[in-house]
Amino acid sequence: MSPTSIFAPVSTPAESILGVSIFVFSIVAVIFVVVFTLLVYAVVRFRSRGSHRTEPAQIYGSTQVELAWTVIPVLIVVALFLATARVIGSIQNQTRPQNAIEVIVTGHQYWWEYRYPRLNIITANELHVPVSDPAHPTPTFLTLLSADTDHSFWVPRLAGKTDLIPNHPNQMWIDPHETGLFLGQCAQYCGTQHAKMLLRVYVQSPEEFDRWVHEQQQLPQTAESAGKRVFESTACVNCHTISGTPAKGRFGPDLTHLMSRDTIASGAANNTPDMLSLWIRNPDAIKPGSKMPAMGLSEQDASAVTAYLETLR
Amino acid sequence: MSAQTIAISEIPVRPLTLRLHEWVTTVDHKRLGILYVVYGLLFLALGGIEAAIMRLQLIRPRNALVSPEVFNRMFTMHGTTMIFFVAMPLVFGFANYLVPLMIGARDMAFPRLNAFSFWMTALGGIFLYFSFFGGDGLYGAGSAPDVGWFAYAPLTAKTFSVGHSTDFWTLSLLSSGIGSIGTAINIITTVLCMRCPGMTLGKMPLLVWLNLVMAALVILAVSPLSAAQLMLIVDRYLGGHFFDTQAGGSAVIWMHFFWIFGHPEVYVLVLPAFAFASEIIPVFSRKAIFGYPVMVLATIAIGFIGMSVWAHHMFTVGMSAGANTFFVLSTMAIAVPTGIKIFNWLATMWGGKIRFATPMLLASQDVAASIAATQTAARVIFAAFLISPGPLHGLRAGLAWIRALLFPCAEQAAEAAGYGSFPDAQPRTPQPAQIRSVTAQTTAS
Repeated sequence: MSPTSIFAPVSTPAESILGVSIFVFSIVAVIFVVVFTLLVYAVVRFRSRGSHRTEPAQIYGSTQVELAWTVIPVLIVVALFLATARVIGSIQNQTRPQNAIEVIVTGHQYWWEYRYPRLNIITANELHVPVSDPAHPTPTFLTLLSADTDHSFWVPRLAGKTDLIPNHPNQMWIDPHETGLFLGQCAQYCGTQHAKMLLRVYVQSPEEFDRWVHEQQQLPQTAESAGKRVFESTACVNCHTISGTPAKGRFGPDLTHLMSRDTIASGAANNTPDMLSLWIRNPDAIKPGSKMPAMGLSEQDASAVTAYLETLR
Repeated sequence: MSAQTIAISEIPVRPLTLRLHEWVTTVDHKRLGILYVVYGLLFLALGGIEAAIMRLQLIRPRNALVSPEVFNRMFTMHGTTMIFFVAMPLVFGFANYLVPLMIGARDMAFPRLNAFSFWMTALGGIFLYFSFFGGDGLYGAGSAPDVGWFAYAPLTAKTFSVGHSTDFWTLSLLSSGIGSIGTAINIITTVLCMRCPGMTLGKMPLLVWLNLVMAALVILAVSPLSAAQLMLIVDRYLGGHFFDTQAGGSAVIWMHFFWIFGHPEVYVLVLPAFAFASEIIPVFSRKAIFGYPVMVLATIAIGFIGMSVWAHHMFTVGMSAGANTFFVLSTMAIAVPTGIKIFNWLATMWGGKIRFATPMLLASQDVAASIAATQTAARVIFAAFLISPGPLHGLRAGLAWIRALLFPCAEQAAEAAGYGSFPDAQPRTPQPAQIRSVTAQTTAS
């Protein structure tokens, strides 16, 4: 099954949505079969045969029949509406429990910024959350912001989509019941590289999640190196932050723990030294239209910067 | 016919330029109707090319046929073209041609407004496609708009959309919007004020009723869209902050403005298709329409409810649970009048003597498509289901039906339809009186 299948939900909001969809689909499927059968029957049974000279009996209408096919659909609509309203209420009116993980998601033109205000972590493109045991739920509540245009956070196996709109903070929540990697994609056209603005949600066991949190809270151990000097003396620092160094830019992803991530460029490429080097020298080769500029570094400097970034664990 | 044929052949053939000039300066509703349809079909070809480019790009993963920028332009241009310069002109073309004939009027109420509206719509299409050459202004190579046909703010702000591509999109929708509102006023006035003696609203052909509701929806829906275009121009050039989120504007307001146009627009497109079905099915079943007053009421109900469903395009933007629930209810409720229409068509066919000439084949497909679409009305795939097959089959059925009415080659169809055969002496283009008798037969026989 596809890794983004809406038919394999692992989180309460996605499960409720699938439930109501199947309910609605079953009812309308029955209606479809009944009405379509009537149409086919009418088409076959009442085709003109033989003489065209005689007219069929003319019937101009019937109040009873009209009432029947008004009232019955109204009742069906009421049933469908109540079922849907209940799901909307159960998802949107959920209160935030004390132990919920809080994450502030900020959409940027073609990447995701994740901040955990209570844990004091800033990361990008790969969201880590703990698995939520239905007996002792530890849901994750996301506050959705945008730094530029409209985006939409949609990981189909976890929840329905919710937009990230500038000046319009939104909320959503997930409580994944399974560990694993769940994929998604920006679901609101946001500009040139909307297509490569991929979502990766890592659902971890509580122990793994705690270890990840601990690692993210440490400063990376980096020695002085040629690459570090190049990084700090070029435009890299205007957009990127590396904690504990003069690099404090906010326009691009935080690189403090770059090597803890599996991918670069918001999921567009694997985080290997080759791809990282290519990304620094020519971002358009991986993600044409990305806001990361080709840095125009010499071969030597580019390799040095790559080597430096490789130390950011 | 022989006497008339001779008379026509005696008229000297006029030069091509003169005949073209007549088409450009015409205020005749039939000619304008034909112009609308031809214009719509021309843009159908352009929109089709854009769709083909998108499909070719998507034919395999990581295809490099077009760049991301070009792909974004293609889906923006395709969406805008198909809605504003294919579907709307086709709808207006049929309304222009048929409404005056079917109510026994000499022409539309405001013939010159009619011509003005067509040429404003035409100007809109020219603006849109000129963006390929002029979009980037003096900055470099030309480009078409790439903000999506919904053009969500703030992607359209100066910050994110440099050059003039968004301006051409805005001007295009503004001028075609003026044309649409003009035509809608014209249709409403014509229907309300120019019906022949004896044709009360309760005796009016269903096709005219549905086009009347369509025109009312156009006025209600296109006006907010045009207002939003003006606000966008103010934002981009006069320092306004309606949608400029960086200065405190609201992106969500744009979405409301757009979809309070965008959803009623779906009914603007589908009602004329329903209109054809409501004329074709009785004729080719040789039965009067079942439940005429209920059909009229259902149409008006679709018009009213159709104005209250727009935010079902916005379930993801973070409205309150109460607002989302309301729009679920209104969206589901519209299935009731739509269902009534389908059941009435079925009841009209029931017990009839159905003859499957081309118009009826297409009309039954339209009913089938409508059944499928009604079931999925609450879904995101609504657009793909209802906009494509519904109006498409309906309009094709309409074309075939008009051909059957107008041209002698369709005599058999007309005979089967219960009109009796067309007498040979009839001119090729029916006069209002004939259409009137035909439609009176259709609705009241």
